[in-house]
Amino acid sequence: MEIAVVSGKGGTGKTTVAALLGVYAAPVVMVDADVDAANLALLLQPRSVTEEPFYGGQVARIDPERCQLCGSCEAACRFGAIAGGVVNPVLCEGCGACYQVCPAEAVLLEPSLDGYRYGADGPFGPVVYAELTVGRGNSGKLVAAVREQARAVAERAGISRIIVDGPPGTGCPVIAAVSRVDLALVVTEPTKAAFHDLERVLEVVRHFGVPAAICINRWDLHPGYRDAIREHCRGAGIAVVGELPTVLEASRALVADKPLCTLMQTRLALMCAQMWRRLRELVATPMSCESP
Amino acid sequence: MIIAVASGKGGTGKTTVATAMALAAERPVVFLDCDVEEPNAFLYLRPELTARRPVYRPVPEVDEGACDACGRCVEACAYHALLVLGRTVVVLKHMCHGCGACALVCPTGALRETDHETGYVEVGRTGLVDFAHGELAIGEAMAPPVIRAVKGVFPGREGTRIIDAPPGTACPALEAVRGSDFCLLVSEPTPFGLHDLRRMVEALRALGIPAGVVINRCDLGDDRVERYCRAEGLPVLLKMPYLPEVARCGAEAVSFVRLMEPWKAAMADLLARAEEMARGNRGC
Repeated sequence: MEIAVVSGKGGTGKTTVAALLGVYAAPVVMVDADVDAANLALLLQPRSVTEEPFYGGQVARIDPERCQLCGSCEAACRFGAIAGGVVNPVLCEGCGACYQVCPAEAVLLEPSLDGYRYGADGPFGPVVYAELTVGRGNSGKLVAAVREQARAVAERAGISRIIVDGPPGTGCPVIAAVSRVDLALVVTEPTKAAFHDLERVLEVVRHFGVPAAICINRWDLHPGYRDAIREHCRGAGIAVVGELPTVLEASRALVADKPLCTLMQTRLALMCAQMWRRLRELVATPMSCESP
Repeated sequence: MIIAVASGKGGTGKTTVATAMALAAERPVVFLDCDVEEPNAFLYLRPELTARRPVYRPVPEVDEGACDACGRCVEACAYHALLVLGRTVVVLKHMCHGCGACALVCPTGALRETDHETGYVEVGRTGLVDFAHGELAIGEAMAPPVIRAVKGVFPGREGTRIIDAPPGTACPALEAVRGSDFCLLVSEPTPFGLHDLRRMVEALRALGIPAGVVINRCDLGDDRVERYCRAEGLPVLLKMPYLPEVARCGAEAVSFVRLMEPWKAAMADLLARAEEMARGNRGC
């Protein structure tokens, strides 16, 4: 059983909710799939971390000895990554168009170190996370790679549950985080902006055929929008599995010495226990996200 | 001059700060919402949208008559977007990055690039603000082409250009801030905020863009972000406390500068200081 936690809008509480679900889902493999702003490990503080480099694609390099400065590579590059016979690795997408057009065979395509993957022991079971090298692309590939690693780790350890803490947005890392999971839990807020973003991310989830459920975080910020979100979900046949109040101690827990223990002592923890039970029921009884 | 507002971590208040500066400005400004996966600035600025146009990205199309299925394009494609299937080649549009390598290597000229609609851009106006935003179509993976289209709106228009960047530190965020004269980083005083702020600072250094920091909800955390800024020589330009009434009007996407005169002055001052630092950067 694999559940991805996403949100559309950033900062709605994905990581906090994912960690609190982990308490009740244990033993569970916890995955951080927000590879360009990974925060789950800061909360779970896992031990025995092993690191593995991640080569997601390739990057061009021009051999100055061979380069005749003819400029064909510069003309062929759609990403503006080559100037004066030198490749800017931040802009290079590793497509190899330069390699194809170079008459002097001066372009070398080398594996690009796009980040690192980490495996570790956390409080609820194994933790798998990654960090994209700043300025490198291939975030979707790295998300796919951490999910693959998580499945292998789960199988080895005989664990049947995986919780994926996903990225915000609707683009490639989100698609990679939700594709083929059993359920996407969308954490939203009762704000106009988060509601707008919720509708978009639900469309993405539906587009890829993944069932969804909703958690309304900080519901008391605006009960009116909370009701509007409930109404929207009822119309779309999507279950609201949890409504969490604003708990300022939960925000403050993040700066405590033991953030997870402090967070678990807030009243959010018990509410997440209920939410976990409802998520289990939903996954056990498959439903289409299309049904009214 | 171009001022980007970015953060690393999501939900720290980028759009709140960026739209508040635009509304507080006493001169014309251009506002470009570059969070094309989840654009929200229009909710705060409420511009009258006057035009909409599609954004395309190039994808190859196979002329089956000319293709002899030699597979050279499949070999050349770094993104596995092409497959030989029987006697022709099939294009997986969602995998294609539009680099053009396949057409470059095709010996029979069977690959021609066509426009694939990947999103749209809308423009409008509110008060002194010329506004543009874009939206990535559902199921499309790559935001940068739409971000580039938003950044290309209003060329040469007078006034400071404020860019509202998407969260994260990957290609969409970098595409949004690239070419800016100054970047305001909106952070929050938590380990999450700090972790993602560090990554964004690293990215901005690689791009040669100077930065300053706004610490939002400054009373809901500790002083690690501030100490980090001091150690790195990053100016902290504004600290904003958590105010329940601001959070409530934020929920309705009502900018707090519409309600509180002193904050309007503070945001106008923030914009002025960012402009000053951007000018300093241009000077050297």
